[in-house]
Amino acid sequence: MRVVIDGITKTFRDKKGREVTALNQIDFTIAQEEFVVLVGPSGCGKSTLLSIVGGLLSPTSGSVYFDGLAADHPEPRLGIVFQEIALFPWRTVFDNVVYGLQELGLSKDEIKKKGQHYIEMVGLTGFEQAFPKQLSGGMRQRAGIARALAIEPNLLLMDEPFSALDAQTRTLMQEELLTIWNRTKLSTLYVTHNIQEAVYLADRVIVLSRHPGQIKEIIHIDMPKVGRDNEQYREQFDAYAAQIWELIRHDAADALKEG
Amino acid sequence: MEGNRKHIKNRVAFLEAKVPRYVPFVGIAALILIWELVCRLGLVAPLYLPAPTSIVAAGWELFTVGNFIQDIGASLYRIVLGYALGACVGIIIGLLLGFSRWAEALGSPIIYSLYPIPKIALLPLIVLWLGIGELPKVTIIALGVFFPVVINTFSGVKNVDPTLVKAAVSFGSNHYNVIKKVLLPGSLPVIFAGLRLAAGTSLLLLVASEMIAAGHGIGSKVLHYGNLMLTTKLMVGIAVLSLLGLLFNRSLQWLENKLLPWK
Repeated sequence: MRVVIDGITKTFRDKKGREVTALNQIDFTIAQEEFVVLVGPSGCGKSTLLSIVGGLLSPTSGSVYFDGLAADHPEPRLGIVFQEIALFPWRTVFDNVVYGLQELGLSKDEIKKKGQHYIEMVGLTGFEQAFPKQLSGGMRQRAGIARALAIEPNLLLMDEPFSALDAQTRTLMQEELLTIWNRTKLSTLYVTHNIQEAVYLADRVIVLSRHPGQIKEIIHIDMPKVGRDNEQYREQFDAYAAQIWELIRHDAADALKEG
Repeated sequence: MEGNRKHIKNRVAFLEAKVPRYVPFVGIAALILIWELVCRLGLVAPLYLPAPTSIVAAGWELFTVGNFIQDIGASLYRIVLGYALGACVGIIIGLLLGFSRWAEALGSPIIYSLYPIPKIALLPLIVLWLGIGELPKVTIIALGVFFPVVINTFSGVKNVDPTLVKAAVSFGSNHYNVIKKVLLPGSLPVIFAGLRLAAGTSLLLLVASEMIAAGHGIGSKVLHYGNLMLTTKLMVGIAVLSLLGLLFNRSLQWLENKLLPWK
C-alpha cells in the first residue's frame, strides 16, 4: 500500500479578487510505514496540503489516492491530529478518544477495549473521565493523538500537533510520539515549521517553498529512527538541519517582511 | 531598618471579597420588614398596598378554602406545554438554519422579519383564528418562546468552532451526527441563554392571554380581583407569579448545570 499525492494544485482568490496559487503541482508518495514530514516557511501551504490529503479541502486540480489496497479493502481510514487539538469540550477524555470508534459502529466491548488501550498508550490512564478543559495542553494533545490512533488509520495526518505547546512539553511529546510510532508503525504525514522536529521524526523531509507552494527538495534522513538525539549523531543531525534551513531561509525571510 | 519596611498589599482584594451565605436573604427580609412596617403604621391604605402578613393570610385562605390551586394548575398546563413546544421547535429550526446554508438563506429573512413583532400584538389575531380555548394560549406562548430560542440556537451553531465539525467529519460523522454530536452540544450554552430569555416572555404572554379570554388561570384571577378592588387577593396572584418565575429560573439553572458539566 502507498498513498499517492498526484499533481495537487490549489488556487484561491484573495480579497482583491486576484488568483493566488497556494500549491503548485505537488507530487509525492507516502510508502507503507513511512514517516513523511512536510516542512516550510509560513505561508507555503503545508497545512493546506495536509487538509487536502485529509479530505477536508478540495484541490483545484490533482488527486490523492491509496494505491495497492486489496479490491475488497474497506474505505481507507484517515486519522487526523489537529493543530487546534479540536477535542469536543463536552466529551470526557474517554468519550473523545472513542469518538471515531463509535462512528465506525463497533460494539460497546470493543470500543471500551480499544479506547482503554490507546489511552494507556498515550499515558492518559486515570484521566478518562476528565473534561478537556481540566487538562494541560500537552495532555489534551495526547488525547487528540489517541483519538486518531484509536481508529487504526491507514494514514495518520498530523498538522503541527505540538505548535501550541511550550518548548519543554514539546520536546517530551516528540520523544513520546516516536515511541508510540514505533509501536504502531503507521504511514504518517506530519506538518511542522520546526526543522529540528522534522529531522528528529522523519524518514523523509519534504521541503516546500512559497509563492507558489511547491516542492523544493526531498531529503532522506539516513539515521536510525530511535536515538537521533544521541551524541554520536550530533554532527549528522546538525548537517541535515543546516541543509533544510539553507533551503528555507530565503523564503522565511520573505515571509517575515510580508507579515 | 524596621521602620523603613513598606509592605506591598493586595490592592485588588475587593475583587475576591468573601460574602457570607446569609446576606442574599437579608436584603429580601429587610424589604418585607419595611413593607410590613409601612402598612402597620397606617402610612398607606390597605386598599393600595396590603401588608405582607395579610397577603399570606389571604393566600392561605385562597389555597385551602377557594380553588386557587385549580387556577395555578390551568396556568401551569398552558405555560409548560407552550414553552416546551416553542423551545423544541425553536431548537430544531435553529439547528437546521445554522447547519444548512440553504435553510439559512431561505429561513433567516423570515425569522428576522417576524422576530421584532411584539407577540402580544398578535393575541387578538390568534384569538380570531383559534378561538378562546386552550389552543390560542398555548400557541401565543409557544410563539413567544420560539423566537428567542431559534435566534440563540442559530447564533450558537454559527459560533461552534469549525475545527470541531472538521474533526467530527474526519472521524466518520455523517450530517445527522454532526448536528447531534457537535452542533447541538456546542451551541447548548447559547441555547440556554435563549431559554432563560424566553422564560420571562412566556410568563408575560401567559398572563396577557389569560386576561383576554379565560375563566381559569392566574392571569384571569389577577384581573378579576383587580376589577373588584380586592387588592390583597390580587397580590396573592402576583406573589404566585413571582414564585413561578423564580422556580422557572431555578429549574433552568439546574438543567443547565446538569447538561453542561464541561463548562
